[in-house]
Amino acid sequence: MSAVIAMNADELARGQRRERAQFIGLSLPATLLILIIVFLPLFWLSSLSFLDRGGELSTENYQRLTGDLYVEAFVVTFQISAAVTALCVLLGYPLAYWLSRKPQHTANLLLICVLLPFWTAVLVRTYAWLVLLQRNGLINNTLLSLGVIDAPLQLAHNLTASIIGMVHIMLPFLVLPLYATMKSIDGDLVRAAVGLGSSPTEAFWRIFVPMSLPGLFAGVVLVFIMSLGFYVTPALLGGGRVQMLAQRIESTITIFSNWGAASALGVVLLVMALALVALLHRVFGLDKLFVR
Amino acid sequence: MAAAAASSQSLPITVSNLVKAYGDLRVLDDVSIAIRPGEFMTLLGPSGSGKTTLLMALAGFVSPESGSIRFGEQEMITTSPHKRGVGMVFQSYALFPFMSVVENVAYPLKIRGVSPAEQKSRAEAALEMVKLGGYGGRRINQLSGGQKQRVALARAMVFEPRIILMDEPLSALDKKLREHMQIELKQLHQKLDATIVYVTHDQREALTMSDRIAVINKGRIAQLDEPKALYRRPNSLFVADFIGETVLLPVQREGDGVSLQGRKLKLATPTPSGNGPLQLVIRPELLQLDAGDDGDTNTIAGVVRQTIYQGDSVLLIIDAGDGREVSVRIATSRAGQASLPDSGSRIALGLHRDDTVVLAEQAP
Amino acid sequence: MAIQDMPGASPWTQRLLAIYGALVLFFLMLPTVIVIPMSFSDSQYLEFPPTSWSLRWYREYFGSSAWMSATWTSLLVAVLTTLLATPLGTLAAYGMHCTSDRVRNSLQLLVLMPVVVPSILVAVGVFHLYAIVDLNYSITGLVLAHTALAVPFVIITVLSSLNNYDMTQEMAARSMGASRPQAFLGITLPQIRFSVLTGAFLAFITSLDEVVVAKFISGGENATITRRMFNALRDQIDPTIAAISTCLIVVSVLALAAVQFFGARSKGRT
Repeated sequence: MSAVIAMNADELARGQRRERAQFIGLSLPATLLILIIVFLPLFWLSSLSFLDRGGELSTENYQRLTGDLYVEAFVVTFQISAAVTALCVLLGYPLAYWLSRKPQHTANLLLICVLLPFWTAVLVRTYAWLVLLQRNGLINNTLLSLGVIDAPLQLAHNLTASIIGMVHIMLPFLVLPLYATMKSIDGDLVRAAVGLGSSPTEAFWRIFVPMSLPGLFAGVVLVFIMSLGFYVTPALLGGGRVQMLAQRIESTITIFSNWGAASALGVVLLVMALALVALLHRVFGLDKLFVR
Repeated sequence: MAAAAASSQSLPITVSNLVKAYGDLRVLDDVSIAIRPGEFMTLLGPSGSGKTTLLMALAGFVSPESGSIRFGEQEMITTSPHKRGVGMVFQSYALFPFMSVVENVAYPLKIRGVSPAEQKSRAEAALEMVKLGGYGGRRINQLSGGQKQRVALARAMVFEPRIILMDEPLSALDKKLREHMQIELKQLHQKLDATIVYVTHDQREALTMSDRIAVINKGRIAQLDEPKALYRRPNSLFVADFIGETVLLPVQREGDGVSLQGRKLKLATPTPSGNGPLQLVIRPELLQLDAGDDGDTNTIAGVVRQTIYQGDSVLLIIDAGDGREVSVRIATSRAGQASLPDSGSRIALGLHRDDTVVLAEQAP
Repeated sequence: MAIQDMPGASPWTQRLLAIYGALVLFFLMLPTVIVIPMSFSDSQYLEFPPTSWSLRWYREYFGSSAWMSATWTSLLVAVLTTLLATPLGTLAAYGMHCTSDRVRNSLQLLVLMPVVVPSILVAVGVFHLYAIVDLNYSITGLVLAHTALAVPFVIITVLSSLNNYDMTQEMAARSMGASRPQAFLGITLPQIRFSVLTGAFLAFITSLDEVVVAKFISGGENATITRRMFNALRDQIDPTIAAISTCLIVVSVLALAAVQFFGARSKGRT
């Protein structure tokens, strides 16, 4: 009997290993693809950043990043990302609050206005802003016909245009997690606070806002991360006047073919993004972000 | 015919030295149990005792570290669940919501490649058996909890498995329906030709339904016995406490016997060995009021403290000295009520020697 | 569900909030809505509202062999990406759901990376990788890259619906004689099919709308429509793009409508 049992134990251990391997095996094609397409090149980029043009190990590329051109790109990138994030909060928080207090049916209908832009191509939306903001675009024409201005304003191809376009692209990423969090806040809590003698304003700031912070935090970090590495909208709406990190990387490669410098920029961008992701994951749980 | 089929069809289950550990925690700690063919065996224990793990190991959903599980003569421990041929009823029923009732019940037959016509007739027969004839076309979400329970039963037995496993199948039902289903399940078992292993944490349910009960605690089998023996002769304080209503009174060792209130007790079982503290196990309904000493009855003196009316019975709380309380259950029959003592009166309670069980506080 | 009002807030506050919310929604919808009428304008300059209407820019779009070839490339890549990402993502999600928490968490983190890594870095990296294996400017290369970007969305949607699914159903099926694949295909998949479809639509849109990676690794006769649009927009505002954009918006609306419909169906089912 004991021999049988010992044999069974071996067989069982093997079976358990096999089962575990099978499940990981199911995820293998997808994970391998991501590893090869996304991670492998990133590793290569980071190793490249530590080599000088002669192929020797050096920090030359990183020293170069202290040059004016690159420092300016960092500063601009941070300024724009911060501005975009702040504007998104300003526009998104009241919107999410308003939506979350609506009856489910109405909220779902209104949410389509958030989801549709979310599902529309970034390029299409950027193009639309280009059309709206151009010299004889809708906004200039409206202002002219209202007599607010005498001559068309330079609205497109500058920093403001980039920021407007980016806010438009990023806003759903802030509103959706925030709305989900607010939706889960029990209205009775706020009602109870009001019933216990707080003023509605006080109840809102002391009860509702703190409870919505996780969702707000998730949205803010997400928007900030995505803004840091954003390419399409500033490239088109900035008209060459706005050089964020992503464009700087692109031009360093396509114009100057300096892979080393571009890699170093990329590594810094990546490290910043990943640090923020790690922070976000710790506080909110990345997986929860996308569940609607 | 049925009896002959029963002996040839249903299978014994032999579990030997089964070990399942999660990290350092041994959920099944060297468990051995022999389940007879055609038996209704209940695995009874508190939550976390390992009873469900044992059932899942029998089904093949939990893979143990070592041991042996045999159905009949065949070693099953490394066999995949779908090749074990056991029927299973889950706590959540696990019905397929996108299939009709009859499709649910016919599923095991469909998987086995049975012809559609036979699938239908056998599924309907199984539904008939659980008193759901004519419900085949319904959708699952149109059924009540009790009906879902019956569908799950029909589905587990439609392919005539020789072993049926049930994981707390009645726990989601309300009390009344649960008690009704207990009787019905027991009757169904008599018609079926299968060994049933049934998991529950409800001791009354276990006593009602089982041929034998295995009480499980901390991954080990504490006691395996028929319901009556288990109730009357628990072998440990854990089993005594877990099964039925129990009052414990500390008793003293005296020579090779034991004494209570200075009187030597007449025991049904030998005095536990060792010299650790002992407890007298008292079932409130086995105590008698104003018992005369006929030589086979132990007496316990006490003062009536409280009388609690509970509908079918009256509970007397008796102070047996040193602040120890004993409760006595008296049927609310005319005879029972006639002799009810008043609060504050001194009485002597009788406990027949066959009902006098003394257990060691620590298991040996 | 009870209506959740704003307790105690004055009617004025509520009205103000409603106006503000509506304005933000208007801001969100405006660009999408404005492009559509403009695409039907007859004018070289995109005025709004258009003074005269025509299908001129649609004729321009559908008549241009360069635009058409780019459109077909994009559609082909998007369809192939969907066909690849959906099964891969579904299997991966199932595998991840069934493993231990520890393995699942690390796999989940790995798989979510493509969503948060700046696309310019992916683009530059893939461009270099493809230079070595000679996949730049190829359909295969585009499909593989887009699949890597799209598969996380399939995994996320399928995983979240598996989290709401009672796996004991699969155990029940297996106890009744179904093998694991049989149980998954016969019992689980029919019940999570709406989330699989949602994931498929997300994969399709992700590929169709992707610009940055395509800008680097697509080109020649295999340039995608987004790459062509991006280059055209850099130079001048070509009204043809309004027509193309309208077509892309229609695709997005259809995909979103499908997802909303399936979402409602899958919720109604539980």
